[in-house]
Amino acid sequence: MAKKLGTQTVVLDTQPVIIGSAAIVGKKEGEGPLARYFDDIIEDEYAGEKTFEAAESRFMLNAYNKALEKSGKSASDIDFILSGDLLNQCTAASYAFRDVSIPYFGLFGACSTMSESLVLASMLIDSGAASNVVCAVSSHFCSAERQFRFPLEYGSQRTPTSQWTVTGAGAVILSKEGQGPRITCVTPGKIVDEGIKDSNNMGAAMAPAAADTIMAHLKDTGRTVDEYDMILTGDLGSFGSQMLVELLKRNGIDTKDKHHDCGTMIFDLNRQDVVCGGSGCACSATVLSSYIMERFRNNQLKRILFVATGALLSPTRIKQGETIPSIAHGVCIEA
Amino acid sequence: MSKTLSKFEYQELVEKKAPGSRTVRNVLAAFVTGGAICSVGQIIMMIAENYGADKETAAAITSISMIFLGAFLTAVNIYDNISKFGRAGALVPITGFSNSIVSPAMEYKKEGYIMGVGAQMFLIAGPVLVYGIFASVIAGLVYFIWKQVI
Repeated sequence: MAKKLGTQTVVLDTQPVIIGSAAIVGKKEGEGPLARYFDDIIEDEYAGEKTFEAAESRFMLNAYNKALEKSGKSASDIDFILSGDLLNQCTAASYAFRDVSIPYFGLFGACSTMSESLVLASMLIDSGAASNVVCAVSSHFCSAERQFRFPLEYGSQRTPTSQWTVTGAGAVILSKEGQGPRITCVTPGKIVDEGIKDSNNMGAAMAPAAADTIMAHLKDTGRTVDEYDMILTGDLGSFGSQMLVELLKRNGIDTKDKHHDCGTMIFDLNRQDVVCGGSGCACSATVLSSYIMERFRNNQLKRILFVATGALLSPTRIKQGETIPSIAHGVCIEA
Repeated sequence: MSKTLSKFEYQELVEKKAPGSRTVRNVLAAFVTGGAICSVGQIIMMIAENYGADKETAAAITSISMIFLGAFLTAVNIYDNISKFGRAGALVPITGFSNSIVSPAMEYKKEGYIMGVGAQMFLIAGPVLVYGIFASVIAGLVYFIWKQVI
């Protein structure tokens, strides 16, 4: 059985194994520095569907099918699907899995949903309630723009701290046994709101949540940054990352060269016109399920702390003058 | 969060460290782009006058042509790129107004002609119209009262 460690970390007894993972991305991500690690690059932003929302579900379903295929499991082996996205009512996920016929939980943790699903799936497996669980998330630049910002063809202006929503989906198959990296402990995050109001500066809004979870994880486990090969945040972007490093430094934690952010890895910030980098559920999910898993396979990574970050805002609350509550969940993955 | 920084101190830190807009570049690009759009309008006006249109008709022809150009360039996915370069220089002229109405009309066609195009078309332009008309009514009233007094 799992054991609570310190204030918010849970050490897993049955360490769930990542037996398969897949990342499907769009054209722009396919032109980025991690292109060769992705399982598939779909150039058509509609992915053969009629709407961007349906396209996002298509990305999700393709990632799920690919991950399942790579894990060697079949749909009948899967006990639960834990899935989420950015769209209202999490419809990219629910429409993607409506014909799959597997018990399903829809999650909303904004861009932190990948680590939220891994945290919950790990606990489900450790409790004995499940043997195989699918964690899948998606985001789509076009569906996110129309829900959160402006019509695509409108000449809206991007501010110097804005980020670019990643088009794609990532899926991970967790199993109680098998070959692959294991999840050894998880640190669910608290909601942190440091009063940032600018929805075009989500990196700065989320950085305190990431710092909070990282500090809690290190304190609970009694470890130092040196004991990790990588502290991998989800989508803080270049400015949010700068704020995270600064916050940790002020709390006596030197991240040295250990901190990396999926938002700055998935795009070439100088070349791809994404301002501060990528964002969206798929940002951390696709980087984790492709490039990071590949590095585990090549024995280049032994232990990482994966901390996907989410800004839990809605356009309505922002228009009402509210600030941005944020969250970050920590997942410790070991070879 | 960390006990070393208060909320207020964090917000100040973010403000201080956040990268700023490239004001000089943006102002220059807006000047050039806005100027270019107005020059096109001026050329259309001069052509119309050359063909014998009076001043009022020529102005109407110019407005109609510029609105069409804005709509056309939006439809062929070009206007957003002009805006990205030209910033306010592309948003302020009448072509930008046209872009703000055509782009949601295109975007929301998927939700149907009534609840999509019809309901969402003035998503961006709506506030401009509401307060533009409101301001013109006020101006009209002031003018009317002024006339009575004089």
